[in-house]
Amino acid sequence: MLNSVKGMMLTLASTFTGLRKPVTRQYPTVPTPVQPRFMGFPALTWDDGVGEPYCTGCMVCIRNCPTQCMSASMMDNPLNEEGKSSRRKIVDYFEINLNRCILCGICVEVCNFDAIVMSHEHEMSTYQRNGDRVDLPALLDIGKKYQVNTAWIPPTVLAKAKKEAEDAAKAAAAAEASSGETAAAGQEAT
Amino acid sequence: MLLNMGPQHPSTHGVFRMVLWVDGEKIVDVEPHIGYLHRGSEKLCEGEQYHQVITLFDRLDYVANFNNELVYCQAVEKLMGLDVPERAEYIRVILCELNRIASHLLYVGTIGLDAGAMTPTMFAFRGRERIQALFEAVSGARMMHNYFRIGGVKEDLPGNFEQMMGELLPLLREDVEESDRILTFNEIFLSRLKDVGTISAEDAVDFGFTGPCLRGCGIEYDVRRAQPYSIYDRFDFDIPVGLDGDCWDRHWVRVQEMYESLKIVDQALEQMPAGEVVSSLGRRLIRPPAGEVYVRAENPRGEIGVHLISNGTDRPYRLKIRPPSFCNLSAIKHLLRNSWIADSVVILGSLDIVLGEVDR
Repeated sequence: MLNSVKGMMLTLASTFTGLRKPVTRQYPTVPTPVQPRFMGFPALTWDDGVGEPYCTGCMVCIRNCPTQCMSASMMDNPLNEEGKSSRRKIVDYFEINLNRCILCGICVEVCNFDAIVMSHEHEMSTYQRNGDRVDLPALLDIGKKYQVNTAWIPPTVLAKAKKEAEDAAKAAAAAEASSGETAAAGQEAT
Repeated sequence: MLLNMGPQHPSTHGVFRMVLWVDGEKIVDVEPHIGYLHRGSEKLCEGEQYHQVITLFDRLDYVANFNNELVYCQAVEKLMGLDVPERAEYIRVILCELNRIASHLLYVGTIGLDAGAMTPTMFAFRGRERIQALFEAVSGARMMHNYFRIGGVKEDLPGNFEQMMGELLPLLREDVEESDRILTFNEIFLSRLKDVGTISAEDAVDFGFTGPCLRGCGIEYDVRRAQPYSIYDRFDFDIPVGLDGDCWDRHWVRVQEMYESLKIVDQALEQMPAGEVVSSLGRRLIRPPAGEVYVRAENPRGEIGVHLISNGTDRPYRLKIRPPSFCNLSAIKHLLRNSWIADSVVILGSLDIVLGEVDR
C-alpha cells in the first residue's frame, strides 16, 4: 500500500512540477546530430587538387569486405597520360549494395589510398527494390558532402604529419642526450 | 489444452516459441522451439578471415557486443601468443563493463514490462541510451561496433573521453539507482517474482547455468574471479549472490552487478595508462599457427566460451561458441512445469535470453 502511494507521488511529481526535463528527441522531424566517428554508409572521396577520385580501383576493400557488398573495376588514368595526375590507374566502375553493407568500417581500414570513408549518411530508404545499389557518381556525391561537412583531411596525411612531429621530438631528445654525453665524455677526458 | 506462445509474442524477447500444455491455469508440459534466428554464425566464421569474424561476434549477443568481441579477440591472441598493450586492456575493460550495465538495464526494463510495470522501462532505456551515445562517440556505432581488434582496439579513445565519462557516470549511477528503487522492492513486483521459478543450486549446476542465473541460486561463481582474464585481477569488486534461486534473486543479482560494474569502471579510469592501443603484430594479415584453444569470459548473461581450431591458414578451421543464454534456456522445461501460465512470462524474462545467441 505504502509503495503504491510512493509510486503515485513519483508520477505526480513528474507530471505537474516539471522537475524532470523530457529526454525524448523528436527524431524524424528534428534531425539528431551524429558523433564525429559515426559510421554511416561508405562513400568515395574526391581529390579536389587533381579533380578525380582518390580511388584507383585496386579492389583491396572488396577482398576484405565480410559481406561482399562491393564491386569495382579499374582503367588507365587519362589524366596521368596528360601528366596532370600521379595516379596511373583510376576507378572505372564502383558499386556498393548498401542493403548488404553491415557498416563495419573494414574497407576504410584496409584502404591504402584514403579513397573510402564511412560517411555520416544513414537515412537511405528507397522505393525501388534495387534503390540501395549505389554507383560511382552517387558515392562520390556522398563522399564530397562528407568531406565538406567534416573538413576531411586524408588519414595518411595526418599520420605522416604525426610521424614527422614524433621524429622531430625524438631527434631533439637524441640531440640533447648526445650533447649531454659529449659533455660528460669531455669532463672524463679532462 | 494446447497453447501456443510466440514466436511473435512480445514477452519472448525475440523469436522464441513455446508450446504449452495447460490444465486450467497450470502448465503441465512445455515444448520450446528455437531456431527462428538461426544464421549459421559458426559456419560463416569458417568462411571469413580472422579480422572479419569480429563482425559476426557483434551479432551474437546483440545487446552485449563488446563482451562478445572481447572473448573472440582473446581466443585468437592466445593462439598467436600476442600481447595486448596495457592501455588497450583498460579500454576493453571499461567498454565491456559499460556494456554489461547497458545489457542489465535492458533486462531491468523488460522484466518490468513482463511483470506489468511500464515506468522502469523508460528510465532504464534512458540510461542505456546514454551509454550507447558514448559507444557511438568511441567506436562509431551504437550497437555493432567492430571496435576491438586482435591485439588491441581499432583506434585510441576520442580526446574528450575523460570529460564524457565524467558527465556520464553520475547520471548513470542515478539511472541505475532509480530503476532499482522503483522496481526491486516494489510490492507488486515482489509478489510477482518472489518464490516463482525456483531452481535449486544442484539443478542449476546440472543444467549448466552460468552468470546471474547461477549466482541467484547462491553459488559464487564468476569467471572474472574464478579464472581472471584480461586485467580483471587488478580490480576490487564483489560478486553478489542470491539465496533461493527464484526470479527475484536473479533480478537482484543483476541489479547489484550494475553497481559492481560501476565500481570497476571507476577503478579502471583511475589506473588507465597512456600508450599504444594496438600491438604492431595485429596490423598485419592474421595467420595464427595451427592448434586449438578454448577461452571463456563472463558475459552479462553468463559464461561465453570460444573453442577455436586453426589449421594455419587465414580463416578459422572450426569455431565453436558456447553461448550462455542457450544453456540457461535449457532449463525452461524444468522451470515452467507446474507453474502458472501468468508466471511463464516472468520466468522466461528472468532468464534474460538473447535469441541471437541461442540460435547463432
